[in-house]
Amino acid sequence: MDHELILAVRDVTYRYPGAVDDALAGVSLEVGAGELHAVLGPNGSGKTTLIRVALGTIEPRHGAATILGRPAQAWAPRELARVVGVVTQREDNLFPQRVRDTVSLGRYARLPRWGAESGADRAAVDRALARCDAQHLAARWVWTLSGGEYQRVRLARALAQEPRLLVLDEPTANLDLRHEMQLFELVRALVERDGLAVVLVTHHVNLAARFADRLLLLADGRPVGSGTPAAVLTPESVARVFDWPVAVASFDGRPQVTPQRQPKDDP
Amino acid sequence: MKGLALCVAAVVAVLLAIVLGPTHIPLADLATSDVVRSLRLPRAILAFLVGGALALSGAGLQALVRNPLADPSLLGISGGAGLGAVVAIALHVTNPWAVPLAAFAGALGAMALVYRLGIVGRGGVGLDSATLLLAGVAVGAFAAAITTAIVSLSDATQLRNAQLWLWGGLSGASWETVGLLCAYAPLPVVALLASARSLDVLALGEEPARHLGVAVSPLKRRVYVAASLLTAAAVAVSGVIGFVGLVVPHAMRLLWGHRHRPLFPAAFVGGGALLALSDTVARVAVAPRELPVGIVTALVGVPVFVLLLRRWTTS
Repeated sequence: MDHELILAVRDVTYRYPGAVDDALAGVSLEVGAGELHAVLGPNGSGKTTLIRVALGTIEPRHGAATILGRPAQAWAPRELARVVGVVTQREDNLFPQRVRDTVSLGRYARLPRWGAESGADRAAVDRALARCDAQHLAARWVWTLSGGEYQRVRLARALAQEPRLLVLDEPTANLDLRHEMQLFELVRALVERDGLAVVLVTHHVNLAARFADRLLLLADGRPVGSGTPAAVLTPESVARVFDWPVAVASFDGRPQVTPQRQPKDDP
Repeated sequence: MKGLALCVAAVVAVLLAIVLGPTHIPLADLATSDVVRSLRLPRAILAFLVGGALALSGAGLQALVRNPLADPSLLGISGGAGLGAVVAIALHVTNPWAVPLAAFAGALGAMALVYRLGIVGRGGVGLDSATLLLAGVAVGAFAAAITTAIVSLSDATQLRNAQLWLWGGLSGASWETVGLLCAYAPLPVVALLASARSLDVLALGEEPARHLGVAVSPLKRRVYVAASLLTAAAVAVSGVIGFVGLVVPHAMRLLWGHRHRPLFPAAFVGGGALLALSDTVARVAVAPRELPVGIVTALVGVPVFVLLLRRWTTS
């Protein structure tokens, strides 16, 4: 692989304090520059725990996570924010805010403690807004945005961090078809044109199959499959992970999963 | 321009506090008057500093507990200070520093207790905002219960003194108290100002803030301790003065927005101006007697707040 390795999670096991079972066991994940890697699994399969281990928020019992070759836990929050941008599932603004101000918060880790924003910071915010096609929203209040606009703005804030790695946690959870596709096309462009490494956490099998270069399929904190979408998404593996019978067909050279109807009991 | 207008308002408030008073002093004699030099001037400055400290810590605490209704008195600090002061009054300690010192000790005790109760999680490092708020309310209520018990068992003079103290007053102002506050306040004030930008990020929530590079736990500890120390000192020299810490930050948020860099200095100046003005009213309104200044801040602050709130919600 000629991509520079950005994130490497090797054979990690994690158990929450007081829990009887491992939340993660023997999970590995490698993401290089210019690569979109999806972490796929049903709710509660350990996706979020894996991200927390990968970003050094929690320490694995076994195995290791490194970012740019350095242990994830060794990064101070400020340093890490210059390398990794995260779009979380939820956030709630305590105070009303304008779009440009919220995107500017992406520069936090790059500003001196007492100094003001420089021209370079403002330029980075402009670039991020432009990249997400959100310049025209800059003066709007965040609470007036539609769901799709809001996610683009939050993505712009992560881009204003000028990261090497982007972590997206269910970025299209509440979006309709058009806005969902728009956002994924944008993320794909960031991977291909800007060489970003992207980890996409989702339970949307078909979107992951459509846009990801590689997939990690998780069930109960255990890896079920890892590799290209075509290699990982078989009717058996998907049915096992999501506990529902499915059919898999190919579309655009990518596997697409259709859930089967539940057969009715014969009288 | 807003900043200039606010500073002019503050200067006018302090000047009024010097010019106006129960004894009439002709303008020509102001500079040479003993009353002005040893009573009105230190009192005006003290009112400004205390009001500023209360408003600044209110602004910080609102961002910390992520609740726009937070106020220094909600975190139990005023309750602890009140208890300390009433104990000193009930014990008939005659030293003039006894009440402020006892109030300060009570405030620190309450602050330590609330802080300890606010720490949750197995690591013992996380200061949980919601728990902190609830612990503050609980500790404050408990301290108020004991305070009331002591007050109800004391004789008439003590009762009156305690009651006056509990509603706040700046009659104890002197150059010494001004000097003390000037020496003490800069450290917590600077700690809060240094946290301003981090608090902007924290307003998004703890997890997003962490991902944007904020060391969340140290930030919360720093802001809590700084705001509490500032409140404790203000309460110790002036008694319990309500609404300044709630109303002023809100008014300034309406004018300056929610970025804490400009907000914090504005809250300090605005709080100082409001308390200097309120104290003048307290001294003059029923002269030769004096109203507790906390009553004036409540009577002035609450209607202003309601007006601002209505404008805010209708626009």
